[in-house]
Amino acid sequence: MTSAFGTTYGGDIDRSRAIAFTFDGKTFHGRSGDTLAAALMADDVRLLGRGFKYHRPRGLLGAGVEEPNALVGVGVGGRFEPNTRATDVFLYEGLTAVSQNRWPSLAFDLGALNQAIARFIPAGFYYKTFFGGGTWKRVEPFIRAAAGLGRPPTAGDTDTFLHRAAFCDVLVVGSGPAGLAAADAAARAGARVFLVEQDALAGGALLRDPAEIDGFPGEQWAADVGGRVRSGGGRVLTRTTASGFHDHGLVALIQRHAEPGEPPPPGFPAQTRWALRARRVVLAQGSIERPLLFSGNDRPGVMLASAARTYAQRFRARPGRRAVIAGCDDHVYLTASSLAAAGVEIAAIVDSRDTGDQRDAQRAFPIHRGSQIVSTVGGRALRAAVIATPAGELRIACDLIAMSGGQTPVVHLHMQAGGGLAWDASAGAFTPIGPRQNQDSAGAGAGRHGLAVALADGWRAGGDAVEALGLAKAGGAPPAGRSDRPAPAAAGSPPGLHASANAKTAFVDFQNDVTAADIDLAWREGYRSVEHLKRYTTLGMATDQGKTSNLVGMTRMAEAQSRTPPDVGLTTFRPPYTPVTLGALAGLAVGDHVAPRRRLPLHDAHLAENAFWQPSGYWSRPRSYRQAGEDHAKAALREARAVRLAVGMVDVSTLAKFDVSGPDAGQFLELICATSVARLKVGRGRYTVMLREDGVVADDGTVWRLGKNRFLMTSSTGGAEVMAHRLSYARHVLAPALRVTITPLQEAWAAIALAGPLARSLMTEIAEGIEPPPHMSSAAAAIAGERVLILGASYSGERAFEVYVSSFAAAPVWSALLAGCRARGGGPYGLDAMDLLRIEKGHVVVGAEIDGRVSPHDLGMATLLRANGFIGYGALQRPDFRRLDRLRLVGLEGVEGALPEGAMLTDRPGARPSGHVTSAGVRTLCDGAIGLGLLHGGLDRRGEIIEVTSPTRGLRGRVRVVEPLFHDPEGDRYRD
Amino acid sequence: MMLISCPFCGPRAHVEFTYERPVEAVVPAGAQEDEAIGLLYQRTNPRGVSRELWRHTHGCRAWLAVERDTFTHAVSAVAPWSGR
Repeated sequence: MTSAFGTTYGGDIDRSRAIAFTFDGKTFHGRSGDTLAAALMADDVRLLGRGFKYHRPRGLLGAGVEEPNALVGVGVGGRFEPNTRATDVFLYEGLTAVSQNRWPSLAFDLGALNQAIARFIPAGFYYKTFFGGGTWKRVEPFIRAAAGLGRPPTAGDTDTFLHRAAFCDVLVVGSGPAGLAAADAAARAGARVFLVEQDALAGGALLRDPAEIDGFPGEQWAADVGGRVRSGGGRVLTRTTASGFHDHGLVALIQRHAEPGEPPPPGFPAQTRWALRARRVVLAQGSIERPLLFSGNDRPGVMLASAARTYAQRFRARPGRRAVIAGCDDHVYLTASSLAAAGVEIAAIVDSRDTGDQRDAQRAFPIHRGSQIVSTVGGRALRAAVIATPAGELRIACDLIAMSGGQTPVVHLHMQAGGGLAWDASAGAFTPIGPRQNQDSAGAGAGRHGLAVALADGWRAGGDAVEALGLAKAGGAPPAGRSDRPAPAAAGSPPGLHASANAKTAFVDFQNDVTAADIDLAWREGYRSVEHLKRYTTLGMATDQGKTSNLVGMTRMAEAQSRTPPDVGLTTFRPPYTPVTLGALAGLAVGDHVAPRRRLPLHDAHLAENAFWQPSGYWSRPRSYRQAGEDHAKAALREARAVRLAVGMVDVSTLAKFDVSGPDAGQFLELICATSVARLKVGRGRYTVMLREDGVVADDGTVWRLGKNRFLMTSSTGGAEVMAHRLSYARHVLAPALRVTITPLQEAWAAIALAGPLARSLMTEIAEGIEPPPHMSSAAAAIAGERVLILGASYSGERAFEVYVSSFAAAPVWSALLAGCRARGGGPYGLDAMDLLRIEKGHVVVGAEIDGRVSPHDLGMATLLRANGFIGYGALQRPDFRRLDRLRLVGLEGVEGALPEGAMLTDRPGARPSGHVTSAGVRTLCDGAIGLGLLHGGLDRRGEIIEVTSPTRGLRGRVRVVEPLFHDPEGDRYRD
Repeated sequence: MMLISCPFCGPRAHVEFTYERPVEAVVPAGAQEDEAIGLLYQRTNPRGVSRELWRHTHGCRAWLAVERDTFTHAVSAVAPWSGR
């Protein structure tokens, strides 16, 4: 089949296989190897999108990743991918694409009414008009719906994404003539080379401007180079984008195994994200052509000259019937001969220079020197170009304008790696200089254009790379190229916007609808910094990140300021180079694999008791053991009452536990703990707090002396890793001379707390060979035949024990304790009951009261502190730490209304907050809400009744300030 | 992602390591108020070479003195920690 615009010959497209796809519901047929854009062009579909803001009709500007206009949604369901460039999707059977930012249809878009009011909605319009008075909140949803890009998919991603790590000697980014020559030079010298290409085919510019290299057709030479790379142990990765150049030679590669929306081959992920560590990197990413500034330069039919050649030559899709070719350098002549060969009538060559290519071959075309395009004529399709010549204005009928406003070297990776730029005034472009990492740039990406130049430069860069690695350079001459098309030699600087053109329809950034007039306006309104210009006008901010627009915009701004672009500067080049789907970044870390799961040694025992789980860091811990008809609150109260009245048990295995041993262990712990621990007698323990170096409480726990030179220290679950780090820091950096060994035991030992008035009788019954240790004493014993350590420690306020046992032997100990509890009318309790019990006893906890801001004084622990010598002592001497108006710990007793956790405390309704509720609960044995809080003035305000307010939950109440101790104030219940 | 050459394990990605602090900000045990506050809050924040304490937490757990350029991220020296 030959469609109207598909030419009938060759190219690298497999003409034998037709592929069916749909665009906006209509079925088309393309050929394998076509991009979606090329197939639509072959079918004469010119209107592919609508402008972001004014909804003007838009067609193709480019032919690759630089495309700003033709954004489409591709795929269905979980594979739907919005904002995909039609120029960067290769056809596959069943491809489904839809246009974006139009309603109700692409051809008839109501949003296009914005064009009529375009002069009223310049840059910054929304902010100027709607901010203030709360208007923005009301209009924002409508503006967001009218402007914008694609909609995100609603279904979950059905594909998997992999991460891989790899190493290589030389990474070559880009497989045009320069990249291929660099890879060849490196591979021939024996280096292991990674050659990556974002396109589906290697070749780069050779695909649009064919040439012979070393006597072979370009594609065959490219294949031969690929073979040499692979036989040297390297890899050639196509459809792979080097998306970011990070520190120390790390380059992120995104490899597609399937096109957007396409099911990957069986057994393959949709994409692989490579973390490639390269010893040397050669950046040969080529250049991107710049558009010219003229009125209506966004009309479908106006495209980059390089894109027109790509469609005509590579895809055999004629970009138009009659072309005007405009530009500032010799690319116009190359384009003319290329398009003419594809059967396009050349209506005019518009060369902004007074002198140009004089070769005879060009005489066949009408050439206008010293001329430029002023505006275009047409509606949804281009009908004519208006050009200004030295002899006056001319109107030339055409349906294609191929424009070349100069070449912008792709320096993104070079800049991400910390390189610098030099301004090349003759080319009107920035070129890379001053590589900071193990990087080099070659070819058009380094501002060195032309086939022979690029081949030689790539060969040089590849040789330099292997030499830097200590290998001998490959012998021989660089590859020699030959083309029958005129090679562009001289560079040229683009003409600015013509004086008689309308700046309001001369687009700089096609994707964000930023015009030359917007840039001028920003300048007039005082935006001087290029970073401010970017944010005010949104220049270069969308999915294309200004690949075609940034330099045009900077140049316009420089003209307005009578400065040069290097004085104006550029915005930062940030990764990724092209949009990366979030799945590729997540890799396999999705769903259950987002974070590791830590399993309690007694997990199965809790399951047998119908535990309701609560995430606690990476752990899952029993929140309660709910029975039929109970909610969490009821279950927690039942469990807590059993502790107060009989006996209960709770799994505290997640506590951080450290064995601290050695002749200087006591001295070491005095450094860590703010309380005195070194003089503990063997078999005794005590509560302690640990401070940060700035004097703030970091954690709390207990210290037990198990032997002359052996201590056990516990601290909170959530701080276990931080505590391990702190202990190591103190051991190796602060006190390296101390003879002490620290062994983390968090996972090695399970721990079960047994609490209640009947706990001692139970312990007497089942602990073999000992009397239960008194409060704050320890004893080694056996339970159910397993060796255990029993500590007389209480968190609940009842007589209690903590039983420590090897994680592997925990189950029989749990069973024995559980049987004893059951026999006494008690049972297991979960985190909720534990919280109720500790609030009633006034015990503080990390994350609630210990919030990273309180000092020991604020918590009423000043009397625990030693005189000096502990971490945090110095900073704690600051007088402000002892101010009485600091937020200090208080108890709160409900008087009326609610007492919600996190609520504000205020002196009277509507007053500024004077504190907040850190923990809230209820009394276990009688009615009444109680809580703990941090209050300016603390217990100096004992007895006052103050307000509790939670505006976000619509709750309020009144509370009395009391001692933070609601249960057994004398501690009688600890005694046997 | 930076590469840090652990003297015991060889070159490893920096995610294996934990940054602790500049060496100059180590507060000695027993530091009094002025010294502690000075070391904690009045740091030099150099643009250039910074001598830092790192720990190979997800490797050999050794404490290391690392010389790193805060501007270029170049790591010029890594040695086992042996005091200031």
